[in-house]
Amino acid sequence: MKRPRIVLRPASGTFSFGGRPFVTPEGVDLGLTVGAYTERLAAFILDLLILLAALIAFTILTGLAAWAAKSRLFGEAATLIWLLGAFVLRNFYFIGFELRGGAATPGKRAMGLRLIARDGGRLTADAVFARNAMRELEIFLPASFIFARGAGVDGALIALGALWSLVFVVFPLFNRDRLRLGDIAAGTMVIKAPKTVLRRDLLQDAPATVGGVAFTQTQLDAYGIKELHVLEQVLRRGDRRTIAEVARRIRGKIAWDGPLDVTDQSFLAAYYSALRGRLEGQALLGRRRRDKYDRA
Amino acid sequence: MAELQLKSHRFRTEREADWRRLESLLGRVQRNGATGLMPDELLEVPVLYRQALSSLSLARAVSLDQELILYLESLCARAYFFVYGVRSRPAERVTRFFTQDWPAAVRSLWCETLVSAAIGVVAALVGYFLVAQDPDWFNALMPGAMAQGRDPSATTDFLASTLHQKLSGHEALELLATFLFTHNSQTAIFAFALGFALCLPSAALIAFNGATIGAFLALFASRGLLAPAIGWLMIHGVTELFAITLAGAAGLSLGWAATFPGERTRLEAIGQAGRRGGLVMAGVIVMLFCAALLEGFARQLVQADLARYAIAAATAVAWGGYFYGPWRRRRP
Repeated sequence: MKRPRIVLRPASGTFSFGGRPFVTPEGVDLGLTVGAYTERLAAFILDLLILLAALIAFTILTGLAAWAAKSRLFGEAATLIWLLGAFVLRNFYFIGFELRGGAATPGKRAMGLRLIARDGGRLTADAVFARNAMRELEIFLPASFIFARGAGVDGALIALGALWSLVFVVFPLFNRDRLRLGDIAAGTMVIKAPKTVLRRDLLQDAPATVGGVAFTQTQLDAYGIKELHVLEQVLRRGDRRTIAEVARRIRGKIAWDGPLDVTDQSFLAAYYSALRGRLEGQALLGRRRRDKYDRA
Repeated sequence: MAELQLKSHRFRTEREADWRRLESLLGRVQRNGATGLMPDELLEVPVLYRQALSSLSLARAVSLDQELILYLESLCARAYFFVYGVRSRPAERVTRFFTQDWPAAVRSLWCETLVSAAIGVVAALVGYFLVAQDPDWFNALMPGAMAQGRDPSATTDFLASTLHQKLSGHEALELLATFLFTHNSQTAIFAFALGFALCLPSAALIAFNGATIGAFLALFASRGLLAPAIGWLMIHGVTELFAITLAGAAGLSLGWAATFPGERTRLEAIGQAGRRGGLVMAGVIVMLFCAALLEGFARQLVQADLARYAIAAATAVAWGGYFYGPWRRRRP
């Protein structure tokens, strides 16, 4: 007898764009999102700027030290330190930061990204090393072609070379997980790891009634889960004009005939509480109403 | 109040303290590393992590609070990478690298290393015979900057003098060594990365390097200076050429995995080859550091040919024994 295949699927339904199933050994999908190309580009440019600033500061510092010492010996020592320092910065800036617990360079951290091993295992030093060695191919090679100058046949060859090496630059755009060459060579990928904060539950300070008047079943059946989530966002953002507009629409849609002397904010909060109670009650009984078009 | 009886709300109020606790522990780990936690706090993390995971599954079933689910997902992901990202101490890692991982990675690349060495040797022979037959080839094979006046038009006395430069007072040996090290390492990393483009660029780089050496030796051989030239080259060359051969081998294995993944999926094959190559390359940088020390210091300080040959032979035996010697290996 064939064993049944187990398909793991998160309870919350479909993945958002860039979502990727990532199931822990405990069997729970973590709902990870792949880092977008633009975010990673921004992170890289940020890192490059930091690197450049560090290099300039380092150059000035060693230059000053050599100048202050006013001795040939110290001048040589400063050059030596500069050469080694520049080498270490260029090669170990990325490796060093990615090997730390956060697995992210300052640029990546600023963009809310981090590095993981694609198989979900431990991020090893050799993977981080391989990943960053590949940068030579992706950044250094195109750059050297772009800055090369030549006329006639040389020029044409350089143009062809640049075109060829640009393949590596746009490579992440052509696969689902936005892997760059280094990610493929190292078996890593970059995901979004935003630090989210848990604010108060919206239910906490909202009664499910408006001035003591409860919503009717029909009024609560006007919307589904998707609309509930939109309403949650509207309430959390707290933009007064949006709230007024949304409240006006909902009042129209459910033909609200209860008290009108409450603020739009508290009307929406009450409707949110009541709607969530109703939809969650249905969900407990096995019926998840996706949106307002989802009729039983 | 009736709304407080909502199951999702009760669910949250009952567990929120644990989530916050996990969050604060993770925050401290991120700031100070794992040493920032006391031993009992460290033991607490996996328990809290599993609680949070079960909360997440449950929340997906009972709660329609979007923010809560997003929060739990991000919390669980952060905890997951801490719990499953077991890390050993840096000192342990470095020891392990030198005693086991690096030699093992180099040994497993023996086939590629042979190919890479063969390409280099053949290219060196070709370069040698080309220049031996027609000295004009020398300029084609040797980049001008590297020759530093050592070309067929130079006098024999000048060529001989470049092999045995007397130390003129205080020369910046450290500077030379550092420059050589950074330059060679960058080239080696490049050779490895180029392998990804289906082997050929790496092979071309090794071949070019070999041809340059062949041309160089042919020039000195034409003036009867072959033996001292080999001594001059090999005192550091054994280490440096071995390192470059290994870098080329790592590049070749990467390209080979990309072209012929065998039974594994292509992605898997490249990943394995890449990680192994990363290991080898980390070691290659160490080797090039040793080579630069030999080139910058030993070559300038040791002028006798015999002593140079002795050092070259000693390094060959040391590296060969280290990588391929019959040591007892612990299985990982």
